Amino acid sequence: MGNEQIQSNSYTPDTFMQGVKDCVPTLLGYISIGVAFGVVGIASGISVLEIFLLSVLVYAGSAQFIFCGLYLAGAPVTAIVVTIFIVNLRHLLMSLTIAPYFTKHSTLRNIGFGTLLTDETFGVSVVATSKEGRLGGKWMDGLNVTAYTTWIAACTFGGVVGQWLPNPEKWGLDYALVAMFVALLILTLASIPKTKLMHYLKLIVYMVVCMYGLLYFVPGHLAVLLSTLAVATIGVVTEK
Amino acid sequence: MTTSIWMVLVILGCAVVTWLPRILPFVFVKNVKMPDVVLRWLAYIPVCILSALVIEGMFVKEAQLVTIDWLHLCAFIPTLLVALVTKSLSKTVVAGVITMAALRFFFS
Repeated sequence: MGNEQIQSNSYTPDTFMQGVKDCVPTLLGYISIGVAFGVVGIASGISVLEIFLLSVLVYAGSAQFIFCGLYLAGAPVTAIVVTIFIVNLRHLLMSLTIAPYFTKHSTLRNIGFGTLLTDETFGVSVVATSKEGRLGGKWMDGLNVTAYTTWIAACTFGGVVGQWLPNPEKWGLDYALVAMFVALLILTLASIPKTKLMHYLKLIVYMVVCMYGLLYFVPGHLAVLLSTLAVATIGVVTEK
Repeated sequence: MTTSIWMVLVILGCAVVTWLPRILPFVFVKNVKMPDVVLRWLAYIPVCILSALVIEGMFVKEAQLVTIDWLHLCAFIPTLLVALVTKSLSKTVVAGVITMAALRFFFS
C-alpha cells in the first residue's frame, strides 16, 4: 500500500483542475492567436458573429485563418470545405496517437475527447504520455474545456477589437503559433531517451528536405501532412 | 452581428469535415487492436507534425522558387534557445512574439 501511494504521487493527478492547470501555459498562445484571428477575420470581411461561429464549430486556428483567406479570395464553397478538410486531416494522426490511452472510457466520452482535440492539447498530452505513459480522462476534459472556452473568448474578443486594431502582425502576434510549436517540439524531444535522440534529429533533417521539396508542388498545409506521413515511415524503416 | 444562411452552411460544412477526422480514431480504436508496426509508426507522428509545422513557417514560395523566410529564421533562433533553456511553453511564446515584433519594427 505504502509503495503504491508513493508511485501514484509521482503521477499527475487525474483531476479536472489539474488539466486546467496544465493548460495554463498554452493559454497565452490561444489568446494571442485567437485575438489575431478575430482581427484578421474582421479585416477579411467576416462579422463578429461568424468569427464566434467559426471558433465554436470549427475550433482550429490554422483552418480558421485559411477560411478567411479563401473567403476573401472569393473561393467557391467546395474549395473552402475541401481545403479545410485537408488542413485538418492531421488531426486524424493526432487522434490515432492519443485515442489508445482512452479505450477504457465510453464511446460518448471518447467522442468528447476527439471533438476538442487541437494541435496544442495534443502537444500537452503527448508530453504527458511520454513522461508518464498514461492519460487521465478528467485531466483531459480539464485541459480541453479550458482551451476551448479560452479560444472562443479570444477569437470573439479579437473580432470586437479588430474594428480598431488593423495590423496584428506588426505586434508579432502571428508568430505565437510557431513559437508554441517550437516549445512543444523541444518538450517532446526532451522526453525521448538519449539513445534514440540522434535518430529523431536525423528525421528532423529529412523533414526539412522533404518540406522544402514538397513546397514546390503543393500548398504548405498539404506539405505538412505529406511529409509527416513520409518521414514517420522513414522513421520506422530506419530504426534499429 | 450579421450572417447569412449561406455562410452558416459553409461554416457547418467546414465543422463536419474537421470533426470527423478528430473523432473517428476515438470511436474505432476501442474495437480494433492495432498492429505493432502501426503503433511504432504513430510514435513518430508527434515529432514529425510539430517539426513540419515549425519548418512550414521558415519557407516562402516566391514565383517559381521556394526560399528561406529570413525574418522567420531570425525569430526562430532566439525562440529555440529560450525553449531549450527554459523548457517552458509560455516563456517561449513570449520570447517568440517579442522577437518577431522587434524584427518587424527594425527590418520592415
